[in-house]
Amino acid sequence: MLRQALAITGISIRSIPERWAPSLVIVVGLAGVVAVFTALLAMATGFESTLRATGRTDAALILRGGSDAELNSAFDRASTDLIKEEPGIAGGADGKPLASAELMVIAELVRKDDVKNGANITLRGVEPAAFALRPQLKIVAGRNFTPGLRELIVGRGVLQQFQGAAIGDTVRMRGSEWQVVGTFASGDAHDSEMWTDVNIARSTFGRIGSSSVLAALDGPDGLARLKSAVAAEPRLSLDVMREQDYFTGQTKQFRKTIGFLAGVVTLIMALGAVFAALNSMYAAVAARGKEIATLRALGFGGVPVVASVMTEALLLALAGGVLGALIAYALFNNVSVSTLGQNFTQVVFDFKVTPQLVARGLVIAIVIGMIGGFMPAVRAARLPVTASLREQ
Amino acid sequence: MTRSGFVIANLFRRRTRTILTLLSVTMAFLLFGLLQSVNTIFNAGADFVGATRLFTQARVSFTSPLPISMLPKLEAVPGVARVAYQTWFGGVWQENTPLIMFSLDPQRYRDVYPEWVMPEEQWQAFIHTRTGMIAGKQIADQYGWKVGQKIPINSNIYPQKNGSKAWIFDLVGVFDGKDEDWKKRTNLAFIQQDYFDEANQFGVKGRENFFILKLADSNHAQQVARTVDAMFENSPDETKTQTEKDFNISFVKQIGDIGLIVRWILFAVFFTLLLVVGNTMAQSVRERIPELAVLKTLGFSDGSVLGFVLAEAFALCLGGGLVGLLLASIAGAMVEKGTGGQFQLTVDYHVWLIGITVIVLMSLAVGLLPGLRARRLRIVDALAGR
Repeated sequence: MLRQALAITGISIRSIPERWAPSLVIVVGLAGVVAVFTALLAMATGFESTLRATGRTDAALILRGGSDAELNSAFDRASTDLIKEEPGIAGGADGKPLASAELMVIAELVRKDDVKNGANITLRGVEPAAFALRPQLKIVAGRNFTPGLRELIVGRGVLQQFQGAAIGDTVRMRGSEWQVVGTFASGDAHDSEMWTDVNIARSTFGRIGSSSVLAALDGPDGLARLKSAVAAEPRLSLDVMREQDYFTGQTKQFRKTIGFLAGVVTLIMALGAVFAALNSMYAAVAARGKEIATLRALGFGGVPVVASVMTEALLLALAGGVLGALIAYALFNNVSVSTLGQNFTQVVFDFKVTPQLVARGLVIAIVIGMIGGFMPAVRAARLPVTASLREQ
Repeated sequence: MTRSGFVIANLFRRRTRTILTLLSVTMAFLLFGLLQSVNTIFNAGADFVGATRLFTQARVSFTSPLPISMLPKLEAVPGVARVAYQTWFGGVWQENTPLIMFSLDPQRYRDVYPEWVMPEEQWQAFIHTRTGMIAGKQIADQYGWKVGQKIPINSNIYPQKNGSKAWIFDLVGVFDGKDEDWKKRTNLAFIQQDYFDEANQFGVKGRENFFILKLADSNHAQQVARTVDAMFENSPDETKTQTEKDFNISFVKQIGDIGLIVRWILFAVFFTLLLVVGNTMAQSVRERIPELAVLKTLGFSDGSVLGFVLAEAFALCLGGGLVGLLLASIAGAMVEKGTGGQFQLTVDYHVWLIGITVIVLMSLAVGLLPGLRARRLRIVDALAGR
C-alpha cells in the first residue's frame, strides 16, 4: 500500500505544474496568512525583548507607592536621600551607595516622517551612578553631558526615529536651549530616551525631588532586606521592585492587544484560505478524475489516493507557509518602529522574526493544508470508477 | 430565461466551487470591514470636533503643567470667547482600570463644551458640590454608577492630605453627548478643581495640563494660536496652541502608524483574493468555451458574452462582499457593546462606501481577463475544441 501511495503521490506532484493556477492559489493564500501572522507577532516579540533586556535582576527600582509608572511617581529630596541609606543597597567604588536618583519628564519631538505632530519622548535626569548601574549603555558618538550645563545625550532609537536630535542640534525646552552633545546605545528601552544631569533637569522643570531611585542590590537577599526596611520606615510609602520585573510588567498589555489582533486577523484569513484551498483541491481532483479512475481500475486502493491528494495539499500549504515566513522576514525583520509605552512616552523597538514564530506560522499552514485537502481527498477516493472513465 | 437568471444559473452549475469562492470573498470583506473601521478610529475620528476650540499646552509636553496665572492673559486675547482648563487626575477604578478623568472648573467647562448634555439641576449640583463628580453615560453605565452614589477612585499620581490615594467623590450628574458622535465619547469623568487643589497632599494648586480656548470665530484659529504662543515665548512656560482636532490627531498618532499595519494586512488579503476569484472565473470560462460559442452562434454579440462573464464576476464579488461587510457590521457592534463603548468598532457608511468601491474594482480585475477571452472566441475554433 505504501508503494502504491508513493507512486500515486509522485504522479500527482509531478502534475502540479499542469494545474499551476489553482495550486498557486493555495501557495499564495497561505503565504498571506503566514506572513501577516508572523509579522504581527514579530512586533509583539520585538517590543517584549526590548523591554526585557532593559531591567537587571540585581537592581531595584523604587517608586512612590501606587504609581505604576515612573511618570506618575515623585518624592522629595529628603525621601530620596533617606532611600539611598536603606539596607540592601550595594556600595559603589567610591564607598557611597550605588544608587541613582532620577527625574523623568517628557519632552516632545517630531517623528522623521511627520511635519508637526509632537511625540512624547522620555527625558531622564540622572546622577553619575546611573552609568555604573547600566553598564550596557555606551556613548557611541560625541561625548557625555557636562553636569550643570544644559546638555543632552540621545539614545540611538530617538536619533533614528525623530527629528532634531542629532549631535549639534538644539532642543528647546521650557524657554531654554539644550545642546545635543552625544549619542548612546544600550540595546534596550533606554535607546528611546534622552539623558541629562538630574540637577539641571530639576531646576529647568521646576521639580524638587526625583521620580525614582535605581539601586544596585547587595547580594541575593538584598531585595528582601530593602523591602522590609522600607516597609518599616514610617516616613516612606514606596513600591520596591526588581528592575526587570518593572519592565517586563509593561509588556503584558501590548502583548494582549497585538495577540488579540493577530488572533482575529489570522483566524479570518485562515478561514478564507481554507475555502480557497478546498476549492483548488476539488478542482485538482476533478481534473484528475479520469487518471484516478484508471488507477483504481488497475487495482490501486482508495487509501493511497487519499494519501496522494492530502500530500499534495500539504506540500502546497507548506510551500506557501515558507514563502510567507520569508516575506515577513525580508520585509519586517529588524524594522524599527515605536509606540507609546507605560510612561506615556515612545518606546522604539525592532520587529523580531524568531524561529519560534516561523515554526508556529508553518504549523498554521499545515493545519490549513490538512483541512483543505481532506474532503477533496475523500471525494477522490470515492469517485465512481466507471462513470469517471466515461467522462469526456 | 432572463439575462440575470442566466448568470445566476451559470454560477450555481458548479455549486461547490461557487459557494467556496463566495465564502472566501466573504471572509476577505469581513476582515476589510473590521480593519477599515479600526483605521477610521485612528485616522479621521476627530472630524466632527471642528475648529471652534484651541488647546493650549506647555510646549515641552502636555504632561508639564502650566500655571493658572495665565488665565487672565489668555482671556484677554482678541477672538477668545471663553477659557476653560483641565488637569489630568490619574484616576484608577478598582484594581487596575485607568479612567480618563480630569479636574476642572465646572462652569467654565460647561460654557466651552456645549456638546455635553446634562439636566440643569445636575450642572448646578456639580457647580455647588465641592466633592462632586460627573461622569459620561458610557462610563457610568459600564461601572454601574448612579447619581447620588459615593464613588471610590484611586489616583496613581495624587495622594490626599492624609497620604491616602483612595479618593471618594459624590456622583452628582451623568452627561450624554448632543449627537451620535458625541454620545460615543462619553467615557470621561470630571471632578472639581477647587476641591482637588485643596485636598491633594502636594499642595499642587492651579497647575493645568490644558487651557481650552473657545473662539468667537473659528476662522481666526491660526491667528489666535500664534498670538497666544508669541505671548509666552522664551518664558519657562512656553506654550503650544493647536486646534482640538489637531491635538486629537497627534495624540492618536503617538500610538503608532496603525494605518500602515492595516494597509499591509489588507494588501495581503486582497492580493490573495484576486487570485482566488480570478482563478474561479478563469476556470469557469475555460470549461464553458463550447457553450459560449453556442451562445454566439445563437446571435449573442461579442459584447454581451463579455457582459455575461463580467456579470458573473460581479455577482460573486457582490454576494460575498455584502455578506462580509454585513458580518463586519454585526461583529463591530458586538465588540462595541462588549467593551461598553470603550472600543468603538463602527462599520459606518464610509466603510460601506469604500467596500462597495472595492467590490466593483475587484469584479473588473477578476472578470476582465476571462471576459475578454470569451469575447475573442471564434465560433468555429471553439466549437471544434481548438
